[in-house]
Amino acid sequence: MNAISGAYEWLTTSANWQGEKGVWHRLAEHLYFSGVCLVVSCAIALPIALLLGHIGKGGALAVNISNVGRAVPTLAVLILLTLTPLGEHGDVPTLIALVLFAVPPLLTNAYVGMREVDRSVVEAARGMGMSGRQVFGRVELPLAYPLIMTGVRSAAVQVVATATLAAMAGEGGLGRIITAGFNLQNTPQVVAGAFLVALLALVVEGALVAVGWAFDPMRGRSRMRA
Amino acid sequence: MSKRNCLVTNDWICGEYVRSRSEELIDATVQHVGITAVSVAIGVAVSLPLALLARRWRFLAAPILGVTTVLYSIPSLAMFSLLLPFFGLSASLVVTGLVLYSLTILVRNILAGLRAVPEEAREAAKGMGYGPLRLLWEVELPLALPSLLAGVRITTVSTVALTTVGAIVDKGGLGTMILDGLDTQFKAQVLTASVLCVLLALAADLLLLALQRLLTPWTRAHRIRTSRFARKADAAPGVGKVAEPV
Repeated sequence: MNAISGAYEWLTTSANWQGEKGVWHRLAEHLYFSGVCLVVSCAIALPIALLLGHIGKGGALAVNISNVGRAVPTLAVLILLTLTPLGEHGDVPTLIALVLFAVPPLLTNAYVGMREVDRSVVEAARGMGMSGRQVFGRVELPLAYPLIMTGVRSAAVQVVATATLAAMAGEGGLGRIITAGFNLQNTPQVVAGAFLVALLALVVEGALVAVGWAFDPMRGRSRMRA
Repeated sequence: MSKRNCLVTNDWICGEYVRSRSEELIDATVQHVGITAVSVAIGVAVSLPLALLARRWRFLAAPILGVTTVLYSIPSLAMFSLLLPFFGLSASLVVTGLVLYSLTILVRNILAGLRAVPEEAREAAKGMGYGPLRLLWEVELPLALPSLLAGVRITTVSTVALTTVGAIVDKGGLGTMILDGLDTQFKAQVLTASVLCVLLALAADLLLLALQRLLTPWTRAHRIRTSRFARKADAAPGVGKVAEPV
């Protein structure tokens, strides 16, 4: 497989890491897009989902948005947005598409997490005289935490992956290394870029698993439910 | 006159485009359906033995589910590109990538379905002298069918969407038309192909839903006992487990 040894050579050539089109710059772009969009998506989706979950309404909405999202091709949305007047503003179509795709998993998981909290536990908390706010903060939120974090992780991986696709619509990010490789018919570069992207996705996933564990409010205590 | 104009003015919606280029659109749709169907079929064929292995030997369950989940988090553009040295610019590259993605949901759903088979049913069949193969084929698989088909539905819908990324190697069906439309700034082509793609996903989902109803008539008669897991998977597919690959 010379493509693989070629990819190794590409990765070990320091010239490929420097400059405007180098790995470091593309990585920075990628992380910038992803980070901003993840924060924005969380700011939009989490308050809504947690509130709906707390009052127990809007479940069909939360679940259906996620299902519809599955049927919509990311690439199509990215390219459609690029061709609209928004496309003249550089990064804007990418940022909108990333947020659009990160919201459904956040919404669904946070909502379902809140609803799956054992009702008898919530009743018990109310019986102890906790106010709605206290039930929310001290009972529902800690118990829903694992699913909320699963949603955040899904959204983050989604955003990193979508940021890769943005390269096909001409924006920056690590995906550019792959698409540029295709245009140059440089297979080693394509494989090297793909390797970097896959690695980044896995690192992000792993990092968020660690973060989720570190901040788990129930860590060290036994959970009420499996 | 106005019909001609929409091609010249590059409108988003253009009936004339659909009429004059219907052949091209049909070809792309056929390619799209073909790639999706082959991928899902191979995905099921690969997942079934994996799920059976994971159920038979408990220690295999964690690595099988783990590896398929890791594959799921690799971005599609990277996945297709990583397979490039092995397959070249071919449809089998796209199919392989899509199969790898389909495994996560299919293996999970088949496994959940098999594990939800009531122990009494298994014992009764054994008592009637069923061997392991006959037990699997005549009792366990039919009872796991609702969960399996729920997995196939989710997989099919996301595979239809993902096939578009195959455009990078020119084998993306409607995705190829979408990408070409970007290069030529041809709005009608991008919108028409995108809409067709979503319609295709919805049509496939409805078709599979009908198939599911047809194949598992008992789930409506005795929902409570047989398909608790399947309905759960049906109501909130993949919730709390995995996101869609992009």
